Amino acid sequence: MRKWLEPVITAWTGIATHKLRSFLTTLGIVIGVAAVITLMSVGKGAEAQILANIKSLGSNLITIYPGAIMAFGVRGGASQTLTIQDAEAISQQVPYISAVAPAYSSRLQLIAGNKNTNAQVTGTTPQYLAVNNLKVAQGSFFTDDDYQRGNKVVVLGATVAEDLFAGTSPIGQQIRMGTVIARVIGVLESKGAMFGSPDEAVLMPLTAMQQAVAQPRTPQGGKIVSSISLTVTDEKYTEEVIASIKSLLRTRHKLSDFAEDDFNIMSTEQLASTLSEAIGTMTLLLGAIAAISLLVGGIGVMNIMLVSVLERTREIGIRKALGAKERDIWGQFLIEAAMLCLAGGIIGVILGWSVAFIIRSTGTMTTLVTADIVFLAVSVSVGIGLFFGFYPAWNASRLNPIEALRAE
Amino acid sequence: MIRLENITKTYRMGKQELTVLSGISLEVQKGELVAIMGPSGSGKTTLLNIIGCLDSPTSGKYVLDGREVSQLKGSELAEVRGRKIGFVFQSFNLLPRLSALANVELGMRYAGGIERRRAIEALSRVGLGDRLHHKPTELSGGEQQRVAIARALVKNPPLILADEPTGNLDSRAGAEVLSILKSLHAEQGITLIMITHDPNVARHCQRIIHLRDGQVVREERP
Repeated sequence: MRKWLEPVITAWTGIATHKLRSFLTTLGIVIGVAAVITLMSVGKGAEAQILANIKSLGSNLITIYPGAIMAFGVRGGASQTLTIQDAEAISQQVPYISAVAPAYSSRLQLIAGNKNTNAQVTGTTPQYLAVNNLKVAQGSFFTDDDYQRGNKVVVLGATVAEDLFAGTSPIGQQIRMGTVIARVIGVLESKGAMFGSPDEAVLMPLTAMQQAVAQPRTPQGGKIVSSISLTVTDEKYTEEVIASIKSLLRTRHKLSDFAEDDFNIMSTEQLASTLSEAIGTMTLLLGAIAAISLLVGGIGVMNIMLVSVLERTREIGIRKALGAKERDIWGQFLIEAAMLCLAGGIIGVILGWSVAFIIRSTGTMTTLVTADIVFLAVSVSVGIGLFFGFYPAWNASRLNPIEALRAE
Repeated sequence: MIRLENITKTYRMGKQELTVLSGISLEVQKGELVAIMGPSGSGKTTLLNIIGCLDSPTSGKYVLDGREVSQLKGSELAEVRGRKIGFVFQSFNLLPRLSALANVELGMRYAGGIERRRAIEALSRVGLGDRLHHKPTELSGGEQQRVAIARALVKNPPLILADEPTGNLDSRAGAEVLSILKSLHAEQGITLIMITHDPNVARHCQRIIHLRDGQVVREERP
């Protein structure tokens, strides 16, 4: 028998002797590790999904919103400062821009036949399709010609189309929004995204939109828009483009050097990094909460190891009489604690993974188990075993052999 | 083999000092069979513990097999115990969860490593070749003590120490155990020191050392 194997076998015998007790001790670690894995996988899954959604918005996308920037990317105020003229100026004066799409949105009641729904109707330009990385599933998008003439045509998001025209083809059908009757010419391809989903969108030429709702104007007479989105020809120009737009808009809005921006420029990259940072923090928080149960499990291991040492005082005396050194005894109990926790860690990983898998299969949440979480959870659990096994093992190793032999 | 010079052992109990051994000088030759007798509290077990390197003397010099061991520390003493000394206890001290074979193998565990073949040989030597896989609770007292002897014997130590090896056994089992110990001594030349209360057991030894109040009061050679 190999020499390094003997302490492991001894430790295993110690564990196997008290099966139920070892199982219950391990359970604390199992639950802790499983909780860490499950919660972290939910967090990671959410992060991955949101990043994918943002990517699907188009990676070169820059969006300008009116209003001052606030902490954590939350826009404050309801200022109406962006105008169609701003969009035109940007399109003409800022380099490296492939398309600009100003948009004005308003919530309207849509009626088609006997069905109706409330939707965010967006008036925009034909460039909107390309800028926002959208595709048309049925029919077509409105053209420059529709835009120039102010034709009352709409393109529906997949969900809206389903709500209003369940089962039948919406192309060519009419819907009523307020006083305006518009003809459906296309349906967007579903993205199934959670974030700013185009599935809920109703798009029409901004010129036609102006007939349905009164588009507000600035004191200077500019037609106000809700946002201006644009795409950069290449990702590497993003920073430069943002800077150019910023200075152009500040000049156009006649802001003094000390005034804050009255608009907010957001690129997809910024959005992605802001969101993934926020989710990362939340994932960490979830993990930390789960880690507390791991700590409690570790204390359970220590407790049982102390009992076990006490119970096996005589055994320790016998081993010492047979020539066991302090480090032999110390090693025996430490390995035992580490094995308990390793087993707990492995079972916990399997359990946590299964739970993550079940959550994913039920479709409630996306989960993602990554190798680093598994590695972390298992090594932390072994670390806990070593940490909480240290004191009991040290106690055992320091027993006086004569007194230990006398113990009952 | 063993040379004790003026060994004392004092235990401190609060403010009082309790002298258990007061100046014992003793020599045991290689291959001797020695009995230690004396009333309870005369220091027999303490003396055996010191000889067995389970305990260190308060003062005095102890030379075992040419090496002074009285000043050694914990792990060095453990090393000496592992290599040189086999113990047989009155209460057997087998691990109840392990089979006879595993208990005997444990005797090698801290003394160079386990060899199953030798463990089986040692058990056969004490007449338990057919009881390898029995747990201690499935064995009689005499058999358990024979397993303990096999455990002491398996690492082939020059010295075996037995603390009332027949004390917990009936006379028949005691006689069996005694004859095994005697044959080990006779055939393998192992030095054997045993504590006993029983003059009939002591009679079998070459030398009887009488202790009283922590001192050697008399020696006899039956």
